[in-house]
Amino acid sequence: MIYIIQNFGREFLYTDGYHITGLAMTLWLLLISCSVGFCIALPLAILRNARNPLVWGPVWLYTFVIRGTPLYVQLLIIYTGFYGLDFVRNSPPLAAFFKQGIDCTLLAFALNTGAYTTEIFAGAIRDTSFGEVEAARSLGMSQFTLYRRIIIPSALRRALPVYSNEVILMLHATTLAFTATVPDLLKVANDAYAATYNPFASFATVALIYLCISFTLIFGFRKAEGHFLAFLKP
Amino acid sequence: MFNLAGYGPQIFRGTIVTVELSLLSLLVSFVIGLLGASAKLSKSRFLRGLATIYTTIIRGVPDLVLMLLIFYSLQIWLNDATDYLDSIQNSIDFEVSLDPFTSGVITLGFIYGAYFTETFRGAFMAVPRGQLEAARAFGMKPFLVFRRILFPQMMRYALPGLANNWQVILKATALVSLIGLSDIIKAAQYAGEGTFRTFYFMSIAGLVYLLLTTFSNGVLMLLERKYAVGVRKAVL
Repeated sequence: MIYIIQNFGREFLYTDGYHITGLAMTLWLLLISCSVGFCIALPLAILRNARNPLVWGPVWLYTFVIRGTPLYVQLLIIYTGFYGLDFVRNSPPLAAFFKQGIDCTLLAFALNTGAYTTEIFAGAIRDTSFGEVEAARSLGMSQFTLYRRIIIPSALRRALPVYSNEVILMLHATTLAFTATVPDLLKVANDAYAATYNPFASFATVALIYLCISFTLIFGFRKAEGHFLAFLKP
Repeated sequence: MFNLAGYGPQIFRGTIVTVELSLLSLLVSFVIGLLGASAKLSKSRFLRGLATIYTTIIRGVPDLVLMLLIFYSLQIWLNDATDYLDSIQNSIDFEVSLDPFTSGVITLGFIYGAYFTETFRGAFMAVPRGQLEAARAFGMKPFLVFRRILFPQMMRYALPGLANNWQVILKATALVSLIGLSDIIKAAQYAGEGTFRTFYFMSIAGLVYLLLTTFSNGVLMLLERKYAVGVRKAVL
């Protein structure tokens, strides 16, 4: 294990000398996919609760398909599947995009976490107490103000515990990136294993790193919950 | 309806492997979960500590990392163990080699056992204590209390979490193709490479997963209704 840390320590943390690798890459994947997923999820969660089936139907279909299939399949479809399609290959910008493992990975991750987050936020919006909405309406708030001032802030706060869970699951899901040749933590561990033939030391090292990230995230979210959900404390 | 270019049987066999793998992993993790939950709620501090370490570590580390760790290390440990047996008994040549299916079941069972532990722990605690006391007052032995009183009532509280875990296990079986199992993903990959239509065959694999999750969702909803007779469930 010491040999591995001495020889692969720098790769595990941030770079192999040419690219960003290891921990930095994993955190980058997590950050981008969660932020993009969040931006997809917020409007979709509002549409998900619309009364018109033509509006909530497509959103339901999106979350249903994404949540019903493994992320690995989605990644394979995007990474290996799309590039084989004629229209993608014939359009240079699309071809350039789908050729890059990291682009495909980020797209797959963002779409995946976006679907789960949509359902989390939609559930929180649905659970907004009727009185709050009624009170806001009686004060003459427009639909937009109602969402901006009342529903969204309250729903996001209440969704925080479940959302933190989703972020942890997303951290675990980033390990799939190495199948698309992205040099994340697991890829470095795999390289270390290939170089040393010592699977336990290589993968246990990376497991410990993931454990530390998980604990840090959990700790951060606990703090955030203490801050944002203070009004729910007994 | 679908033109599978002769890969139909292979994809079908892959689907069967995926279903078998998920069901067996469910069984293993179910048992581990029951044991883990009992350990977590036991009076022994050692058992509680052990179960807490188990669930914390497993739930904090990605399943793929654990899978690779266990798959590659288990084989080496088994080799060491059989070498040791060989050295003390020269007449028989011991050899155990793990195929991807077995190690998939072991690892998935071990990983999701931690999630089941938490599910069952919550469900065990939801059963009123008075019921257990009453059972004991009737002179039931601990196992009989578990079988007749605790388990049937606990299942009602555990089912929503169980349904969730099952869906996750079903989707996690996709990862086992990474350690070489010929499941539906492998079949779709071969078919895609053979016909240069990866997108098409991968989509079919996705569709199979979608059918499996939707179907099991329906079954679980029926089960939930059965176990929750007379109980109002919160609307999701």
